[in-house]
Amino acid sequence: MEHFLDVIHSALKVAEQAEVFCVSSRETPIYFEANKLKQIQAKENTNVTLRIFRGGKLGIAAASGSNNMETLLDMAVETSEFGDPTNFTFPSRMDYPDVHIFDSRVQKVTMEEMIEYGDQVITKIKKYAPEILCDVEVTSGIDSICIVNSQRGEANYTKSFFGLSVEGIIIRDTDMLFTGDSENSCCLPASPDLIADRVVRQLELANEKVAVSTKLLPVIFTPRGVASTFLTPLSLAFNGKVVLEGVSPLGGKLGEQTFDNNLNLWDDATLAYQVGSSPCDDEGVPSQCTPLIERGVVTNFLYDLRTAALANTRSTGNCKRIGSGSPKPAVSSLVIGEGDISFEAMVEGMEEGLVVEQLIGADQGNLLGGDFSGNVLLGYKVENGEVIGRIKDTMISGNVYQILKQSLGIGNKARWVDGILRTPALYCPCVSVASK
Amino acid sequence: MRNQFTDALKGHNADYVEIRFEESEATRVICRSGSLEEVNRTYSSGGNIRALVKGRWGFVSFNRLDKLRERVALAVDEARLASGEGLGFPAAEPVVDIVTQEFERSLTDITLAAKKRLLDEYNSIILGSSKIQSSRIDYRDVKRKVTFVNSEGSYIEQSKPDIALRLTAIACQGNEVQQAGLSLGSNGDFSAIEGLHGQVQEIARRAASLLSAPHVKGGEHTIILDPVLAGVFVHEAFGHLSEADFVYQNKQLYNIMTLGRTFGAKHLNIIDDATIPGLRGSYKYDDEGVLATRTSLIQDGILVGRLHSRETAARIREKPTGNARAINYLFPPIVRMSNTFIEPGASCFKEMLEGIKEGVYVKDWYGGTTSLEMFTFSAGEAYMIRDGKLEEMLRPVVLTGNVFVTLGNIDAIGNDLNMNQGGGCGKAGQSPLPVSNGSPHIRIRHCLLGGAGGKNKY
Repeated sequence: MEHFLDVIHSALKVAEQAEVFCVSSRETPIYFEANKLKQIQAKENTNVTLRIFRGGKLGIAAASGSNNMETLLDMAVETSEFGDPTNFTFPSRMDYPDVHIFDSRVQKVTMEEMIEYGDQVITKIKKYAPEILCDVEVTSGIDSICIVNSQRGEANYTKSFFGLSVEGIIIRDTDMLFTGDSENSCCLPASPDLIADRVVRQLELANEKVAVSTKLLPVIFTPRGVASTFLTPLSLAFNGKVVLEGVSPLGGKLGEQTFDNNLNLWDDATLAYQVGSSPCDDEGVPSQCTPLIERGVVTNFLYDLRTAALANTRSTGNCKRIGSGSPKPAVSSLVIGEGDISFEAMVEGMEEGLVVEQLIGADQGNLLGGDFSGNVLLGYKVENGEVIGRIKDTMISGNVYQILKQSLGIGNKARWVDGILRTPALYCPCVSVASK
Repeated sequence: MRNQFTDALKGHNADYVEIRFEESEATRVICRSGSLEEVNRTYSSGGNIRALVKGRWGFVSFNRLDKLRERVALAVDEARLASGEGLGFPAAEPVVDIVTQEFERSLTDITLAAKKRLLDEYNSIILGSSKIQSSRIDYRDVKRKVTFVNSEGSYIEQSKPDIALRLTAIACQGNEVQQAGLSLGSNGDFSAIEGLHGQVQEIARRAASLLSAPHVKGGEHTIILDPVLAGVFVHEAFGHLSEADFVYQNKQLYNIMTLGRTFGAKHLNIIDDATIPGLRGSYKYDDEGVLATRTSLIQDGILVGRLHSRETAARIREKPTGNARAINYLFPPIVRMSNTFIEPGASCFKEMLEGIKEGVYVKDWYGGTTSLEMFTFSAGEAYMIRDGKLEEMLRPVVLTGNVFVTLGNIDAIGNDLNMNQGGGCGKAGQSPLPVSNGSPHIRIRHCLLGGAGGKNKY
């Protein structure tokens, strides 16, 4: 900390403003391959990023593993020659919301206990399907973040992380069945059973292999299906930077009814013990909850300081940095509001249709326009109100905005997917399905 | 430093221990539309230790060189905790070597100002074209020096520079947004990304004409893939299956990938070769210190080889191929491709077209992904083929299928091999790893196309 104040001090000799962002992380990932413990890792990494405004232009440089702050300042000065002239001021001292993101049990959990978590998940899944091969990752980690700037702004916090993910494959001849799930949060999970139960449920539904023909069909996206189909295009469309560039399809739609009026979506960095939560963002702006879609109407976009200055608005506290990369606006945790239909009722009301659990390749589509086309990695066929089995060699395609404008059925039970999206299942009445 | 590493590795109770230490300097420039969005310089140093005990690994990464001996001991402890009934691998002859590279236009000679000037030229070509709403230019280079030391007595220093450039033109009209792009790279020679002005003009023109192009009808088609897209196909659909870490402890998959099994017609030959000079996937030693090789994967339609690390080779009792690679010191090396390609055949492009009554010609790539047998990948450019002739341009398409069926459906292989240097491969969180891939034109019968795709991760 003192050390960083010195850097700020030297930077101010050549620059008008300066900011140091430092993240130190310790992480212990444990990997199981094909049902067996394979590797234990201990990773340490510290990244320091210096930003300066020099002659009104932004310079940036980053270092890991080096204590040489002089080099860092020289590099920032060099990049500032070509830097962005956007005018904004680093935030001064602020009051931050009290956001719970540290669980001391994560700090204390031993490698042996983490191995036990993995073993339990595999044992439980194997009990249902002895031939399954599971890859499991159990990770615990602690991040310490420190931000100081020349405007007397200062933030320090420590965040814990615990992740459990499983991918189970069953191969019969050249047919492969992929199942999987994950749980990520700042705390230790109560028990590894939940994730194992979800995989077993997938295996039950996938027991039979059934055919599907090429046509328009209603589709139920499970929470994981929602994430694999809609998360990337929506994260982009609400990104203030994409909006500024004029390429977000929602750019001109503030205040307009653009989605089905049952749909509510918000971004929230203050939710307790969520991976996307923190007292402030990566520039020291306080975290907040930002409504994005209210009853189908577009209400806000997400900004960091720079894009907010360009858009003539305020930062929503959505600045994120990945490693030594430049700060950018990004989602914290997205939440889709719950509706009133149970998953079971959705299936019962379906004469013929699909349940999509995992789509691959959807994020290769024309993400900006919202067009997508993906292969159903895990999905089921519904006939006369019952799931009759798993589908294969099937693509679904369409446009995210057209699909979410249809009259949607919104599930009454939301869950977290990969620690980034909390969503219920969505029933979409009409989606294009292609199959061999 | 050599002595410090060698001493730290002595006297631990493990089957094998190694240290990999890296120092790198990177520059990244991103331009979006008229403005320079990011100019970033990074300096990084750090390393890792890998320890093997009875077939299980411990891995420790670090930034500072202090307490090296304790860190090695921690990696050994982790490996002991994980260790089971497994075995190590046979000892290899130690290698001592220092590898440097010379280039006509070396990265070190190019100033940030000169890099910026070149990118500005490309940017103004894109933005000066009609119907173009915005542009995106993503340039990155890295100079990396990697030092490798292991408990068998190897000591290798290698410099591994890499340059990658992606240019995207985004066209808009009403609610329509379409894009076209160009990806290039080199293993350290800056001239590979100079003089592209004509090609840049072409992507801007293509993005604009996509605005009025019709969608392809989803379903099965006869298609011809250009060398770029066919190269992505061979990398994504087949290449990943030849990575032995997918099969060595998965009996069913191992049975599918049995050497000697027929995967295609007699004309099909697929190679991975890290020894070709000047390609992005080339290197002298992999990240386990194993000498790089040329590996035949499919010969005359029959599976004859696969890609190995020392560990996977030992488990399957095959020879190491020098394909263990890590993206940086934060990760252990895993089995990866280098330069992967389909060998040229006898057909010319015109003959392939002539055999098609109705089909689609797909070109260029925007990305791809696989889940072992299933692949999806997207083409940046597509045209209808009718009665052997190229006709109207189509919206970008997504191709999907089962690799075993699709390889068998290749019914013509061209004589015009071309290597694509613009790729970056992702696996197990390690992305983008420099690779290249290539192919001549190939024709595939009964390929499933979806009509809505066509753009890379934004």
